[in-house]
Amino acid sequence: MIARKEFNPPTAPAGSRIRTVIGPVHPALKEPIKFLFEIEGETVVDVDFAPGHAHRGIEWMGMRRNCVQIIHTAERICGICGVSHSLSYCRAVEQAAGIEVPPRADYLRTIYGELERIHSHLLWAGVAALELGFDTLFYKAWEVRENVMDLLEYLSGNRVNYGTLQVGGMRRDIEPAQHERIFESMDYYTGLFDDLLEMFLDDSVMKTRCRDTGVLSRGDAMRLCTVGPTIRASGIPTDVRQDHPYCAYGDLDFKAVTPEALGGEVHGDVYDRIIVRLLEVKAATQIIRECIDKMPDGPINAFKKLFLLLNHVKKAEGEGVGRHEAPRGEVFHYVKLAKNKEEAEAWKVKASTYSNLMSWQTMLKGQQIADIPIVVASVDPCISCTDRVALIGDGKTSILTNEQLRRLSRRKTEALRSGGAP
Amino acid sequence: MNPDSIDRLLSPAEIVEHFGRLLGDGLVASSVYERFEGRKTSGSVQIWLTIDRRRLKEAVRTLIGIHFPHLTVISGCDVGDDIELNYHFYIYYGRARGEYGVFLKTLLPKSDPAIDTITDMIPGALTSEREKQEFFGVTITGIPDSRRMFLPDDFPEGVHPWRKDETGIQEHMVKKLYEVGKEPVEKRREAAAAAPQQPQQPQQPNEAS
Repeated sequence: MIARKEFNPPTAPAGSRIRTVIGPVHPALKEPIKFLFEIEGETVVDVDFAPGHAHRGIEWMGMRRNCVQIIHTAERICGICGVSHSLSYCRAVEQAAGIEVPPRADYLRTIYGELERIHSHLLWAGVAALELGFDTLFYKAWEVRENVMDLLEYLSGNRVNYGTLQVGGMRRDIEPAQHERIFESMDYYTGLFDDLLEMFLDDSVMKTRCRDTGVLSRGDAMRLCTVGPTIRASGIPTDVRQDHPYCAYGDLDFKAVTPEALGGEVHGDVYDRIIVRLLEVKAATQIIRECIDKMPDGPINAFKKLFLLLNHVKKAEGEGVGRHEAPRGEVFHYVKLAKNKEEAEAWKVKASTYSNLMSWQTMLKGQQIADIPIVVASVDPCISCTDRVALIGDGKTSILTNEQLRRLSRRKTEALRSGGAP
Repeated sequence: MNPDSIDRLLSPAEIVEHFGRLLGDGLVASSVYERFEGRKTSGSVQIWLTIDRRRLKEAVRTLIGIHFPHLTVISGCDVGDDIELNYHFYIYYGRARGEYGVFLKTLLPKSDPAIDTITDMIPGALTSEREKQEFFGVTITGIPDSRRMFLPDDFPEGVHPWRKDETGIQEHMVKKLYEVGKEPVEKRREAAAAAPQQPQQPQQPNEAS
């Protein structure tokens, strides 16, 4: 019998240690998470977590729907990565059913993937600033993010859940007349980049809070199957776009971003994760420019009509995998198709945070309570909605709300600003 | 140090050969697939290996000897009398256009759906192994933490959502949201059959909805 989600072992800890629960309600997340902390004084001694509080059985639903319906389900797995999941799913089905995607569609997919990376990283930067108590920076980051959201709306009609991908290609083209608006946005972000770097990285308080906080060593990152900016910040230059080419990335000159790019050495801490994400915003603007310059002509979908696609997939038999470097890391879909069946025989979705869960345990051990919000946020699980924390000790229970926890984090920043000890 | 570790880069065919040499008849089938996208300038390699489930640990050790792999996830499928588990590994990451997918496929008979844990070699596999236990009802022998991962605490024991047999999700567990607040479909059909001569009336909104 599989035991329930509870402290392991369930008996109370010895000595002066107390147990803390964070979560489980994080409404904005695809995976709200309950954290179980064991704390001694101000230091985290042990961490455990229980995800799955919003498990919606998406894969189960997918096994009862056809491939066109699944795309729109997949797009809604995450509120931010509207392209990542549908792209991975499309690529998995295309491999399983042996569909050739026209090159132009691959370039369009790449452009959407990179636009999504810009807005996701800027959103994350804002959240990180908020968790640390840098309110102006938070507003600034979210203000500049609006530009790319407007661009996405201009291109696809929607700010999120773009609905532009289809198995076999795309549903919507980018016309030459629209290129100017895209270049305008890219210029905006290129011009902004130095300011962003200065605001995030040159602040001495920011440096003190983030340097050597939540460290994940190179070896641990490999052993714990970490992905995305988290593993790159630990010094491993792995990126699906570079290592395992797909869409247009095989034709582009792209290198994985690691923190050494700014001249420093790798620490594997929160500060390095900020560096990697900011540099990836710049890299994304370059990829988009390159894609538009090199974009081939031709059709944007392998099928002229939807019923042709559905017929093809129904007749197909086989299995395939689709992988995409989402803003938070590798997204992976496995699809198995059976003959004369419209529905998928099997569908497995692996989101980026799924792989990064285990690394929290290593990062959080030995940290202070006030550092929990930024360390947890540093892998970008968008856990800004951390609901409440219950401190249980000596038979007494006190509830720390998200607001109080954040205030604790901010007080540490303010103490540093005024020159005192945290 | 693993005596079988290799410090040079292997081609996909050499990897299959290496597995065949070390596993013998434990390697049931193999295929190499390369996919080209975009302008088809560079492809991505996938190596699919079917492994005897009792030899899984050995196979993972062989893989670690080649390069410490990145385990993406363990996927699976209920294929009738067996449960198929696919271990999706990637090796040679960090090398531009040089990463290989190595996918180990194993079959677990439903009469004894047990397989060894690989968390002693790759600790990051724990999340995926815990998930497979609850969703497929397989037993991971030697798993250090066998608590539930994603299913809620009040989910019934012995029900495994991704099974397609009697232990899977049953019809009575599914709440059809589009029917909430409406009469059951059968009743509406009966009512429609009872009055076939009536001209079509616009449907009245239900009081409950």
